[in-house]
Amino acid sequence: MHKTYIENTPPGPRAQADRDAIPGWGADLDRANRPACPMERTPPRLPHGHPGELAAQPHTVEVLTSTERPGITPVFGTTLPPRGLSGVLRRLAFKASENDVRRWMLLLLADRIDVVEGLLEDLMHGHIPNVPGEMGAAAELRHNRPAVLRKLLVLAALAGAAALLARTMRHSTGGHRLLR
Amino acid sequence: MLAMNYRGPYRVRVAHKAEPEIEHPGDAIVRVTRSCICGSDLHLYHGLVPDTRVGTTFGHEFTGVVEAVGPAVQHLKPGDHVLVPFNIFCGTCFFCQKELYSNCHNTNPEATAVGGIYGYSHTTGGYDGGQAEYVRVPMADVGPTVIPPDMHVEDAVLLTDALPTGYQAAEMGDIEEGDTVVVFGAGPVGIFAAKSAWLMGAGRVIVVDHVEYRLEFVRNYAQCETVDFKQVGDMAMHLKKITDGLGPYVCIDAVGCEAAGSFAQTLTGVRLKMQAGAATVLHWCINSVRKGGNVSIVGVYGPTFNAVPIGNAVNKGLTLRMNQASVKRHLPRLIEHIQAGRIRPRDIITHRFAMEDIPDAYHLFSSKLDHCIKPVIVPRGAPQ
Repeated sequence: MHKTYIENTPPGPRAQADRDAIPGWGADLDRANRPACPMERTPPRLPHGHPGELAAQPHTVEVLTSTERPGITPVFGTTLPPRGLSGVLRRLAFKASENDVRRWMLLLLADRIDVVEGLLEDLMHGHIPNVPGEMGAAAELRHNRPAVLRKLLVLAALAGAAALLARTMRHSTGGHRLLR
Repeated sequence: MLAMNYRGPYRVRVAHKAEPEIEHPGDAIVRVTRSCICGSDLHLYHGLVPDTRVGTTFGHEFTGVVEAVGPAVQHLKPGDHVLVPFNIFCGTCFFCQKELYSNCHNTNPEATAVGGIYGYSHTTGGYDGGQAEYVRVPMADVGPTVIPPDMHVEDAVLLTDALPTGYQAAEMGDIEEGDTVVVFGAGPVGIFAAKSAWLMGAGRVIVVDHVEYRLEFVRNYAQCETVDFKQVGDMAMHLKKITDGLGPYVCIDAVGCEAAGSFAQTLTGVRLKMQAGAATVLHWCINSVRKGGNVSIVGVYGPTFNAVPIGNAVNKGLTLRMNQASVKRHLPRLIEHIQAGRIRPRDIITHRFAMEDIPDAYHLFSSKLDHCIKPVIVPRGAPQ
């Protein structure tokens, strides 16, 4: 037999918080106190009013622009212009609109290639990157020692297994030679 | 100058970089006094945001002292100690005229779907961020706010993103008196969303996460109930069971694209990049909230697509609201809340790092080690 369920929860507020125990409870209950209600407000309440006409920033480096714009914006970042193979892929990606998933997938691919280019650049400048340091090994050692030990044990076990396998293969190859 | 330098997924270092210069008449150069690592920086750190170039300096939550200003700057002067909203916005475009500062159309040439953001990839404009000794701050008369003299710098730095984002998440939930509000995620934004839900008169606030130390922190800081999703079989069933069978009035996604809790979502969204991040929390929000309820999304997702049960949202008559926070419009009210003692943002800061230790700070925050809630970078010579 199924139990009959009839929904009859009365409408309206049902929960009662211990309001006195919560600092500021209800201070913004009135929507007039909520600065983003309604979501769109005109004119904007900027402290110094309308900032006036925007000057155009001088265009000094290559900046890729979305195809969904007629041109470059008056203000923009100038860091890290596209370079190398990753740059070629980024330029290609920017030929597609933001609506085209290929644009984003190409950019993710370019990001991965950029990582390799960054490593090569380090090496060409005679800098060997401290990869464990860059990955926060000191914090891991200080705060997550059991995990470090676990990883070291797994590594040691894998290295041991590999050595054993190599030794076994060497011996078996030697055996074949004897047979011949 | 010293600056954080991204080298690839899970790899960052601190290196010398040329100091920024005035590039536009409306620019300022700011010497950083505090800079946070944000949960959304971890999406960059994990290599999930397209067009994150090697050499980028992250950091969109920072305060600093103005060192120099461009010839068009009228209201900011060298020596001013400012908090800088994470949005770079012009104040003049179609969207800024509607106070949608996070949707500014004049500061990001590389995409139209998002405005300019400091240190958040070339998808948000290719600007360097504040995890450095100095930063270029465009639109200096529009964005930065001088820190009130009675305000602690570490309260101010949390006004640049985490607190306004949590507050706007609650605002977008359109909370009415007595509403039950569920916040997914007990990170800094989720913690502030829970706190803000009380300010808006919620009757019950429930925070969902799976990291026990974070649940304990939010229970104490925001006086809310908590749910560990690892202890719950089915999230929607559980939330309905504890809310009279109908579900909460408001669900807030303060997690975004790296949500845990679903093997299939994590595999397709995070590991294989077949969707723009794991949509686990979007599923939970839509399927848990009561019919006619509100879902508020401030978690960060990628630009492609996510598998979400949109049909259920239609059939339930839900209202879905979402945006990056337009920080500047929230500042006057949030400064009042801090000054009135209703909220003390700096209490969520658990770790302070020297600039040289940024790689450890990222790893510690990313791996949730040492009960980390919010790490802050303190440059040499900055006020304590």
